[in-house]
Amino acid sequence: MTAAPEQDQTLDPGQRDEYLALLRRMILVRRFEERAGEAYAQGRIGGFCHLYIGQEAVATGSLAVLRADDYVFAAYREHAHALLRGTSARAVMAELFGKATGCSRGKGGSMHLFDAANHFLGGHGIVGSHIPIAAGAGFAIKSRGTDQVAVCYFGEAAVNIGAFHETLNMAALWELPTVFVCENNRYGMGTALERAAAVYDVSRRACSYDMASETVDGMNVLAVRDVMARAVQRGRDEKLPTLIEARTYRYMGHSMADPIHGHYRTKIELEEQKALDPIAHLQHAMTAAGMLAEADAAALHADVEVEVEDAVRFAEESPDPDPAELYADVYRS
Amino acid sequence: MPVITYRDALNQAMREEMQRDPTVFLMGEEVGVYQGAYKVSRGLLEEFGPQRVVDTPIAELGFAGVGVGAAMVGMRPVIEFMTWNFALLAIDQVVNSAAKMFYMSGGQVPVPIVFRGPGGAALQLAAQHSQAFESWYAHIPGLKVVAPATPYDAKGLLKSAIRDDNPVVFLEGEMLYNMKGEVPEEEYIVPLGAADVKRPGQDVTLVCHSKTVTVALKAAERLATEHGLEAEVVDLRTLRPLDIPTLRESLHRTNRCVVVEEGWPFCGIGAQVVDDLQREAFDDLDAPILRVTQADVPMPYNKHLERAAKPTPDQVIAAVRRVAYLD
Repeated sequence: MTAAPEQDQTLDPGQRDEYLALLRRMILVRRFEERAGEAYAQGRIGGFCHLYIGQEAVATGSLAVLRADDYVFAAYREHAHALLRGTSARAVMAELFGKATGCSRGKGGSMHLFDAANHFLGGHGIVGSHIPIAAGAGFAIKSRGTDQVAVCYFGEAAVNIGAFHETLNMAALWELPTVFVCENNRYGMGTALERAAAVYDVSRRACSYDMASETVDGMNVLAVRDVMARAVQRGRDEKLPTLIEARTYRYMGHSMADPIHGHYRTKIELEEQKALDPIAHLQHAMTAAGMLAEADAAALHADVEVEVEDAVRFAEESPDPDPAELYADVYRS
Repeated sequence: MPVITYRDALNQAMREEMQRDPTVFLMGEEVGVYQGAYKVSRGLLEEFGPQRVVDTPIAELGFAGVGVGAAMVGMRPVIEFMTWNFALLAIDQVVNSAAKMFYMSGGQVPVPIVFRGPGGAALQLAAQHSQAFESWYAHIPGLKVVAPATPYDAKGLLKSAIRDDNPVVFLEGEMLYNMKGEVPEEEYIVPLGAADVKRPGQDVTLVCHSKTVTVALKAAERLATEHGLEAEVVDLRTLRPLDIPTLRESLHRTNRCVVVEEGWPFCGIGAQVVDDLQREAFDDLDAPILRVTQADVPMPYNKHLERAAKPTPDQVIAAVRRVAYLD
């Protein structure tokens, strides 16, 4: 079940700036999530809060190849996707704090981040419910005849739900330009995929629908980027959907309310997986290739620290929504 | 004025709105090649092509979700459920997705979508095919719920529903599809949220919608001829938002009220009407408001039992006589 670590790609000196950008984004996501976890522990973030720590390479690598006019849908572990789509750290953190300045004006919270201007359309809290929704954006794209794609992120536990199968069938049947990205972090809350699925090689599920699929090492941001680039091209050029299975791992519990390890996975397994850390992986590769001096790396981390601290301060200082907001936006008039 | 069926009135509404707005499309089981399970979409595939009249697999949850997603990016889908019984498979998309998106996105992402199809009982279709779900959907903030009773209202309300920027649950009736009525040739719409007095009267207000409008009108005729009572029949037409001012105005003159609905009694539409009116019109009431509903049982197959389960003019007349203190 563990994804075999892929061979380190040979880094191309001509792509240094892109590697640096990917590295910075992963560090931003990591640090943002660490600070969100702290704020949750302090009671400043309420409700459910699902952190992305460990999975950074998946969203970072895949979102890097999209255009601004593509549509992105995610589940409830989606702080990273909003950030990487271009929502400011301030607006995401403020939303987690439930503030009026949040990207959903304090009405959505951690699980319902939205940023329509960036075509980031949620933030969906029911497992699998946004899979047909993303295909609906693909349907609209096809109707209009543009070369956009719709992208849907979901966890591996969603592949056992009916909506997944109904959607893959329709997306293949109708040839909808949609990329389905399964972030296989191996556990649906506390249930290992092998304990929940007769076929746990997720990409094989696409065979039933005659859909293209690929499995990728989700701890390798460059590998994810390359697989995603092929899928997006397939959507733009051939108007065909793709199922990607990115094998990854979450370091934290299912949500902040859940244990990091225990009955369902061991501390040893967790430590083994952390050794495959996606950020360390790229940082070491760049350092080894002479593309990243120690001072550069330190500057990168310091720069991210400033951005995240600014976001936390902004969230703390922002006002709560006006009480009149309670009844606003139930209906559009 | 042309006289057409309720079915053709719905067909005209969709045809006109699809001609008017290229973002409108129809999706559902058998809507295209088969011309609609109940022929409501007859001729639309030929006129608009398969990208706008879309036959789906039997996958209610999936195609309802496709509609929600298309609506989120600027289309105006009309999702046809072959019946609302099957729509229970899709209720996650109606309730968790369509109804919530605008609010939980902080007003960024409207979902202009219509979910439509026949609801309620027809004839001897038994328990799983004979259910009126109005109150289920009317319970949900974020949804509008419409249930027209006549061809005129069906066309005008469906056109309004398609133009509305919110998700609209539009409940039709198998037993209404063949009903004929006058529908003008010229363009018109019926606004959502407005009840309609289908028959004026001063002795009692009969509140009804969809198929029970016919039940109430039949009861009203017999009340007039056999019991000397003039009933005012108020068709709610839209169940959410509910037009309480029109009901209050009627009750102010009649002082008595019976609510007639096709659904079950518990937490039904009538329960909501009674709740509103006891607060809003307490001083106008001369008697407790009574309700006539479907029997509180799953619908039986046997035709005599089925008849006994459905609301009838006899039950309405009996309720009216009680609120008039005649019995």
